[in-house]
Amino acid sequence: MLAAVASLMLGSNLISAGQVVHALIDSAADLDAIVWGSRVPRTVLGIVVGFALGVAGAVMQGQTRNPLADPGIFGVSAGASLAVVVGVYVLRVNSPLVTSALALVGAVVASVVVFAIATAGRGLASPVPLAIAGTAVSALLGAITSFLVLTDQTTLAAYRIWVVGSLSGRNLDGTAAMVCLVAVGLVLAGLNAGSLNNLALGTELARGLGESLWRARLVGLAAITFLTAGAVSLAGPIGFIGLTAPHLARALVGGDHRRLLPASGLVGVLALLGADVIGRLIGGQAEVAVGVVLATLGGVVFVVIVRRAKLVAL
Amino acid sequence: MIAVEAERLRLGYEQKVVFDGIDLRIAQGSVTTLIGANGCGKSTLLKAFGRLLAPLDGQVRLDGRPLRAMSTTQIARRLAILPQKPLTPAATSVRDLVMRGRHPHQSLLRPWTPDDAGIVDAALAATGLTEVADRDVNTLSGGQLQRAWVALVLAQQTPTILLDEPTTFLDLSHQLEVLRLVRRINAEQGTTIVMVLHDLSLAARFSDRLVVLHEGQVLADGTPWQVLTPQVLATAFGLEAQVIADPVTGSPLVIPLEPSAGSLASSVVRDESEQLVRLG
Repeated sequence: MLAAVASLMLGSNLISAGQVVHALIDSAADLDAIVWGSRVPRTVLGIVVGFALGVAGAVMQGQTRNPLADPGIFGVSAGASLAVVVGVYVLRVNSPLVTSALALVGAVVASVVVFAIATAGRGLASPVPLAIAGTAVSALLGAITSFLVLTDQTTLAAYRIWVVGSLSGRNLDGTAAMVCLVAVGLVLAGLNAGSLNNLALGTELARGLGESLWRARLVGLAAITFLTAGAVSLAGPIGFIGLTAPHLARALVGGDHRRLLPASGLVGVLALLGADVIGRLIGGQAEVAVGVVLATLGGVVFVVIVRRAKLVAL
Repeated sequence: MIAVEAERLRLGYEQKVVFDGIDLRIAQGSVTTLIGANGCGKSTLLKAFGRLLAPLDGQVRLDGRPLRAMSTTQIARRLAILPQKPLTPAATSVRDLVMRGRHPHQSLLRPWTPDDAGIVDAALAATGLTEVADRDVNTLSGGQLQRAWVALVLAQQTPTILLDEPTTFLDLSHQLEVLRLVRRINAEQGTTIVMVLHDLSLAARFSDRLVVLHEGQVLADGTPWQVLTPQVLATAFGLEAQVIADPVTGSPLVIPLEPSAGSLASSVVRDESEQLVRLG
């Protein structure tokens, strides 16, 4: 396990080295400005967002016991997107900070609604009501978002940039709050690790071991919401990390969530920084946004994982 | 001393009431098996004993205290329940699985200790799993996996253990293996065992007491010889059967009759005379 963590750490160092080399090649004018003005915030952002998404994905898969679950299932991303679109459509918002705040509010509201719908019925014994409520709410929010975007040019233009998911063009001002949010999410995820281990044995045995289902679900959902909302507000909705990072991490450190959660976070960092660098290198002057790179490469990587290591059923 | 006690317990799901005021006391240190036809409520009653099903009315007492007055963790330190179909977690070693039995004894203030490790090792040894302790549980055979589940509830170190059909899906030798283990735990540690079994002869062989449930009532309750009579079998299971003494252990053995092999009445008479001989 130590070896796995060490190798992941070395991986991210290698990436950093690559970034510095890249910065050297790029910068005819002022190296410092590029490294400190753009590369460092970008890398810090990548670490925070990648870790948050990796951990959120692992919590999500543990909660739903579904290897195909990603944080989007609870409606968090859809809620954030709709809030941003409404902000642009109604209020003509264009500051990145306000956009982030809107995304956060949307994410939190969506997950609270999903939780309320899921608990209104038979309760929390099965993860299915949460997943169904999440999928339904996501679809509804997505439809409203599409409607607003398609009826208004300005909104479409603003939404188009935000929805791709990118680490560039953001500075570190005002992100402190979002980073705190992610930190809270990480603490909650840590507290949820033991519960996830119990839930993996089925809800009856988990309860027999003294697990409170209500608390386990609430803490888990709060962790996912804080982590995803923080990540989405910082970098837009970035896909695939929440889905794939837990699989790679599980192959490396096994199914114990006390090890799986941090490992999944580190894999997330590695994937996000790697994709960001690739996006910078292949795009030339234009740069390909990290969300696009991940969607492209992530799909291929996921297929390879599925084909090679037989997917672990949860 | 009474380990588990049901008082005027009313149990059910949605609109269907399964038990309407059932009373039952389980003595400490005994092995009790609940038997009855499919759907008679054996598992329902066991779940209520293990606080997995909240009673509609009445109450369950554990070591004299009402369950609802105890926190779920307090209960988990005094009573372990192995449900019928636990889920096998992904990418988890046998030792890691058994370690989860220590969960009720841990908290942020009291993390993992060498004592816990010792208890897990003992549970692995008792179930004969020490050699496969580092293997992924998903690679175990059915018998080994079932023993791993038993090891998990053993590691919980509770004075009472509830087992819901611990031998389902196992071949005969593995069924015997699990039930011998249960009997040994009871003998060595004085653990109170309440379980649900389908095989009547095995239930008779490994239990101190059998409780037959039928239409929301206790139909018969007592030692295997007192309970396993052709009348009880006919009422509870709609089964015509003869009960003979197992030539090896002397416990009652249920032999189902072919429908044409004589009337129920004659088999009853035959059996009662045989019982009298045995008891006399």
